Amino acid sequence: MWRVGTVVALRDETATARTITLEVPDWPGHAAGQHVDLQLTAPDGYSAVRSYSIASAPNSQKRIELTVERLPNGEVSPYLTQEVAVGDHLELRGPIGGWFVWRAQQTEPIQLIAGGSGIVPLMAMIRSRASAGSSAPFRLLYSVREPEAVFYRDELEVLAHHDDSVSIDYAYTRASPRNWPRPPARIDAALIASATWPSNLFPTFYICGPTSFVETAAGLLSANGNSPDKIKTERFGPTGERK
Amino acid sequence: MTLATYDHLDGNAAAGELSSIFAIDVTAAEGQCANCGATKRFAEAHLYMHGPGVVARCAVCEHVLLRLVNARHRVFLDVRGLTYLSLDTAQVQV
Repeated sequence: MWRVGTVVALRDETATARTITLEVPDWPGHAAGQHVDLQLTAPDGYSAVRSYSIASAPNSQKRIELTVERLPNGEVSPYLTQEVAVGDHLELRGPIGGWFVWRAQQTEPIQLIAGGSGIVPLMAMIRSRASAGSSAPFRLLYSVREPEAVFYRDELEVLAHHDDSVSIDYAYTRASPRNWPRPPARIDAALIASATWPSNLFPTFYICGPTSFVETAAGLLSANGNSPDKIKTERFGPTGERK
Repeated sequence: MTLATYDHLDGNAAAGELSSIFAIDVTAAEGQCANCGATKRFAEAHLYMHGPGVVARCAVCEHVLLRLVNARHRVFLDVRGLTYLSLDTAQVQV
């Protein structure tokens, strides 16, 4: 079933990513981690559907936020990050997905692992934890190209300093801040060992990112003795646009 | 075929399209591979979206589990690669 949302706000997260706030009058509510499909239709009838994760926490308002990263050769993301304007209507389907979700009833330690724009559904979980007043211990490992590519930077900064039970580790793959202890590199066993909950705490893992990132992270966690049942994954396409 | 290539997504990416057919979310559904017998959540299946339709393969043995082709006003669904699909009817959608 397709719904119509109205763009009510736009906010740049980085030089290439933008958060779009949509008001959807018949929105039934969502769970943290779910996504929507957006359908764009050209005047000639050609249409394209792409999946975007919801960044906002479940709430009683009929509003959702999506953060979209612009891809150089993308068919849809350049429009969403550069051309869409407040007041525009977008066709969407959702909320979608009941597996890659975190619900406030979960009390076990949660390990979030984001690769690039894979932070989006995990941010919904972090925000949901806060809005639900949950005290589940959360830990985020955020692998990102460079400091300038971090989404939600200020909000994460505040969380890291004021909430003792959300801890955040950044791992940079191309350029790191000055004097950063770890040289830029992809995730590896040493990083997983130092920046994620140990398996004896029986954490639940949520990993989201490009397929190669997700495969690597999930493989390292399994090798560390974590049960595959506790590792939930969501993969972005090679182009980042999931469809 | 080589399994080391990463040109797949996962079952989450097909959930929107499958929601137009199924009343219950399929990503959390358990499905058994008709080839190797592995039982996994549909969200864990490897998904290939390059062709005209969607192909879901077993994450363990890469056997085809499901094929979905959307042609104008008609959807073709081939699920012979799944012995069964177990859906949670008590699951709250939101």
